[in-house]
Amino acid sequence: MADLIVLIENWIEKILLGWGANQELTLFILQTLGSVLVVIICFVIVIALIWVERKLAGRIQDRFGPNRAGPYGIFQSFADIIKIFTKEYITPEGASKGLFNIAPVLAMASVLAIWAVFPFAMNVIGADIHVGVLYIVAVGAFGILAILMAGWSSNNRYALLGASRSVAMLISYEIPMVVSLLVPVLLAHSMKLSVIVEAQYPWFIFSAPLATLIFVISSMAEIGKAPFDLLEAESELVAGYHTEYSGMKFGMFYVAEFLHQFTVGALITIFFLGGWTGPLAVRWPILGVVYFYGKSFFVYLVISWIRLSLPRIRIDEMLNLNWKFLIPVSFINLVAVAIADRVLIELDLDRWIYVVVMFGINILILVTALMIAGKNQKAVVREEFPPRPVAVPPGTKAK
Amino acid sequence: MLTNWVYIGIFLLVAVVVPLIAVLLPVLVAPKKPNSRKEEVYECGIETKGNIRIQFKSQYYIYALLFLVFDIETIFLFPWAVSLEKLPIFAVIEGVIFIAILFAGLIYANKKGVLTWS
Repeated sequence: MADLIVLIENWIEKILLGWGANQELTLFILQTLGSVLVVIICFVIVIALIWVERKLAGRIQDRFGPNRAGPYGIFQSFADIIKIFTKEYITPEGASKGLFNIAPVLAMASVLAIWAVFPFAMNVIGADIHVGVLYIVAVGAFGILAILMAGWSSNNRYALLGASRSVAMLISYEIPMVVSLLVPVLLAHSMKLSVIVEAQYPWFIFSAPLATLIFVISSMAEIGKAPFDLLEAESELVAGYHTEYSGMKFGMFYVAEFLHQFTVGALITIFFLGGWTGPLAVRWPILGVVYFYGKSFFVYLVISWIRLSLPRIRIDEMLNLNWKFLIPVSFINLVAVAIADRVLIELDLDRWIYVVVMFGINILILVTALMIAGKNQKAVVREEFPPRPVAVPPGTKAK
Repeated sequence: MLTNWVYIGIFLLVAVVVPLIAVLLPVLVAPKKPNSRKEEVYECGIETKGNIRIQFKSQYYIYALLFLVFDIETIFLFPWAVSLEKLPIFAVIEGVIFIAILFAGLIYANKKGVLTWS
């Protein structure tokens, strides 16, 4: 039994060839269909995710979440879509029209473009290029440009301050993210995403837990969700870089944010959680697609959970966490993993010994780093207040 | 191999066109009743005064410089990481020394107090 996706692909190809289209045109049409399908699936996922996220946030914060539109409020997202499409199209006076209108499109495109290289299953890969990891890093960086464009063109001080703040944060957290991405590349000896996925027996989260942790933290900063959401700190900056946006243009930023979080889930799945691999995924590649989206969704929920549980951190704390903790730790981790990997390969040990030693080294580095960081941290000095006089009801004794 | 890059090209085009359609659709659907109040810049109800393209802290610039240094470093490290298995021991150690040099730069920047937000 061949794979369903390949079967459909062959079927369409045969039809097109039967109509007299030549080989190149057929390939072009197939690729266009594939990319449109991936993009549309992304949009559909976001519509579902917005409902899931709002419902989850509601339950965690002890309220109901959306519960009016349809059973359990499942039509809430559709109501939002209709509303946002019929909102007036406003460009504030003094804004640079071109940049202002392109920025939301670019924000969305930069997130969508990452999906071009994802391996969805055994042989269901959009573009299996040799520099997959570099492509992801490069294309993902366009999101920063979109934020800067939005902030600069809005003709609003809040937006500009928010944008400069967020760019400082995003470029800072890009470094530990890329360095921790080096670890799976190093363990799989390839930048090809399909090879990285297939090299994971067991998953890299076991042989590189520290890199996983750093990647999760720094990519949470990249998506700008709490506790790193100071790009849109409401009490300080109104809404950050998208203060002036409304209607569908704001909607694009909103959708891009959600899709980015899901994309980060997918990236963590590919690099550390074994991608599409799972029981029977080789035999029925369609199962691989299910595993891939399932794992991504699981990571998405974990990230949501973290962001709903933690308060926002200050900008100096955020930059300190990055430059004085994450970057040094990620570089030390990289060096340690490189040397250990090389030595263990030379020794030619069993796979499980290799994993256990790697795991041990990672935990050792983490514990040492946390101890050093804890020692260097200055104790928080709280002001002591003198006891105040307390009004005592008549007939009772004061303490 | 070339077909992969053609696919990426098509994908990028689709990734730009689909959000563009989504952004442009409200132009047809949405009502249009502009007035000067609506198009004002939002600064919590107070009228905007002075030049809006304000200057910001020079410290952002230093972070950008440091970012550039480390980002280029990681670009150099990717080929090293890919071929680590086949490299001679000497080249592995050399990679480690390369990281150590930049690490010394980070420590220097930290000692200079550049990394402390003020």
